[in-house]
Amino acid sequence: MKVNKRIKIYLYTRFERLWHWLQALMVTCLIITGLEIHGTYKLFGFQTAVTVHNFIGLTWLIMFAFFVFWLFTTGEWKQYIPTTQKLFSVIRYYSWDIFQGKPHPVQKSTGAKHNPLQRLAYLGISAMLLPIQMITGLLYYLHNDIPQFIPLSALANIHTLVALFLLNFLIIHLYMTTTGHSLFSHISGMITGWEEIYETTKIQDWETKATKKG
Amino acid sequence: MIHRYLIKLSLLIIAAFTIIIFFKANMVYAAKTGEAPGRKLAKQAVKDSKRWSTIDHSKVDALNQRFSSGEEVTEACISCHSEAATQFHKSIHWTWLASGNKNDIRYGKAGLSVNNFCISGNAMEDKGCLSCHTSWNKKGVQGVVNCLKCHNTSGFNFEEAFTDIKGFSGDDDPEIVDIVKEIQEDVKTALVQIDFPNRKSCGDCHFKGGGGDGVKHGDLDTSLVKPNRKLDVHMGIDGKNFTCTRCHTTTDHNIAGRIYTNPAVEKRKSLIEDDLAPKITCVSCHSNAPHKNDSKMNDHTDIVSCQACHIPTYARVNPTKMWWDWTNAGKMKDGKPYVEKGPFGKPVYKSIKGEFKWDKNVVPEYYWFNGSLTSATIDDVIDPAQVVKVSHPVGDGTDPEARIYPFKIHQGKQPYDKINKKLVAPLLSGKKGFWTTFDMNDAIEQGNKTLGIPYSGEFDYVQTTYAFPITHMVAPKENALNCTECHIRENSRLANLTQLYLPGRDKSKALDTIGWLSVIGAILGVFFHGMGRIFIRNGKEK
Ligand code: HEM
Repeated sequence: MKVNKRIKIYLYTRFERLWHWLQALMVTCLIITGLEIHGTYKLFGFQTAVTVHNFIGLTWLIMFAFFVFWLFTTGEWKQYIPTTQKLFSVIRYYSWDIFQGKPHPVQKSTGAKHNPLQRLAYLGISAMLLPIQMITGLLYYLHNDIPQFIPLSALANIHTLVALFLLNFLIIHLYMTTTGHSLFSHISGMITGWEEIYETTKIQDWETKATKKG
Repeated sequence: MIHRYLIKLSLLIIAAFTIIIFFKANMVYAAKTGEAPGRKLAKQAVKDSKRWSTIDHSKVDALNQRFSSGEEVTEACISCHSEAATQFHKSIHWTWLASGNKNDIRYGKAGLSVNNFCISGNAMEDKGCLSCHTSWNKKGVQGVVNCLKCHNTSGFNFEEAFTDIKGFSGDDDPEIVDIVKEIQEDVKTALVQIDFPNRKSCGDCHFKGGGGDGVKHGDLDTSLVKPNRKLDVHMGIDGKNFTCTRCHTTTDHNIAGRIYTNPAVEKRKSLIEDDLAPKITCVSCHSNAPHKNDSKMNDHTDIVSCQACHIPTYARVNPTKMWWDWTNAGKMKDGKPYVEKGPFGKPVYKSIKGEFKWDKNVVPEYYWFNGSLTSATIDDVIDPAQVVKVSHPVGDGTDPEARIYPFKIHQGKQPYDKINKKLVAPLLSGKKGFWTTFDMNDAIEQGNKTLGIPYSGEFDYVQTTYAFPITHMVAPKENALNCTECHIRENSRLANLTQLYLPGRDKSKALDTIGWLSVIGAILGVFFHGMGRIFIRNGKEK
């Protein structure tokens, strides 16, 4: 098999990286404290868990608003526009080709940071799960201060279910970071901003169409 | 290029700081100002606690005489306090009936109400009960008001003094006359110390309800005569040293606080909302947002009573009676009634009363409570196959006035009429009472007669419960309950309460299962995928 030369490109800006890790930290803390509130285990103590959860939850909520603002002013939201092009080859790659040592069918580039499967997953998370979690969390938090049109049990049950879905995402997400050229190449990409790609890889037009500036 | 990111970065940091400062500000403010708002308000409400008076009873002519009977003392009182007895005659402390209407005898200890202790007052025919009635010489409503029953703060035993004086009357032996004079001087000295009732005045009856210290309430016993702050923050002599009447406010000699079918207080209002309301609830002085600003606890006050968390256990110093079974009352040893002592040095059997169980430091039971209690009477039909709730809290989660409230539930077995299916009211004291005859059937016959309720002649014993709201013995705030006494999956104190979602206790089984299956699925998927990569790809690449 022909081995391509690898080069590094600057893929994630400082803001994106900071936001990524901050959000990762906050969501992890929210899951840990949330599940303690849920009664799954005892860790910090219920009262501390509640205080920390509410504080981080609200902080995250407000920061997320800034992130959304950034997304739209920079046009980066277009990175999440779903596409079916090559979606199935990506799926085939992860479920089959990866075991044969074949290359990833879609390479990262500044115009297309995420492969089609990622786009779909991240869109689902960012546009569905996270907003649901924020809304149910906020309503839970404000339950005593606003008209109680949704019963607390419904809010709490959805909030818990989505929390577990997010935990599910986190596990898979973490694992997927190990599927780069080396176990930690994706992670170091998100830390330094520089991702390794194959030099010869041509970025396809459809991939960057949406984000092309000009 | 780089400066653009620097601007964004600094914007983000500024935003983060703004948020953090915003949320911290409240906490810092609360910590600086130190005190929880509820505490501050309450201190304000009671700061003027020095009482003042325009009377010195030792200078009053009407009291400067030799009294030879209680009735004469009362007459002297009334010579100035002209309306006192008239007012008092209308109060529940005198009538022992819940209704102001004398002919309505349904509720009240002199009426058809029963409990599961000594069961009934038998329309004041049971003279044993009358040692706690506010009349002279156990005459009940037929007698004259004994003002000293509540207003005596000297500790002097007036009833005994007057019995002695009466015993000596007509004797002109100069020595006896001297003794009588001496007793009368003692009476006078004690008499001028009359004052508003203190904890002991009320406690002489209310700490010993049911015939002994701590028998009935669980949160009221003689440990409250001189409690420390740890036992009761309000009454503690090293704390606020409240007397009972500090909260149990009084109008026309009617003392607020008794609950039958009507709540003692209709609405929880702070003094700011209504400064003339009876100041009897926690909210009156502490408001309904008593905790510090940032506190989640304030979100609880719409469904949880203050008492639920701030009285972690009751009977913390003296034991209280939890069980009273009349079934085996009347056993004899050598032909004589006897008493058997058990744990805490308390009786576990008395021939005159049956079997008891006592306990200390008891965790309350919790119920929705809107301030009213059901109150069984001997005219109500019962279902003997079930535990009969002689008294039980009223309210449920949908009632906006109801709160989750702590209770002592006193259990026991007491006689009932097998044919009429009604509880019965055995007469206990006196010549025809059970304590003399040890004949339950006859005692019921006699007792029911006093209340005009027919008795079939056949009785058996039925298990019953009686509920006491727990509201005294409020502990210092550091002893209030931890969240996880209730917010926990197993053994929550509120395990039996429905109609609320309790985080930490509750979950949706179905959704939790789906969620956890997805998590386990992810772990397994990742595991096998990883294994696949290690074993298959590595093999191929070589
Ligand atoms: C990734 C995000 C989040 C996760 C994984 C998460 C997870 C959880 C979980 C599992 C619970 C326990 C639910 C129960 O058993 O009743 C919970 C409770 C709660 N969450 Fe979240 N949550 C998140 C975000 C938020 C946000 C943004 C807020 C909004 C401020 C919030 C507010 C709350 C509140 C108020 C509670 C109830 C505990 C309390 O009364 O303080 N959560 N969370």
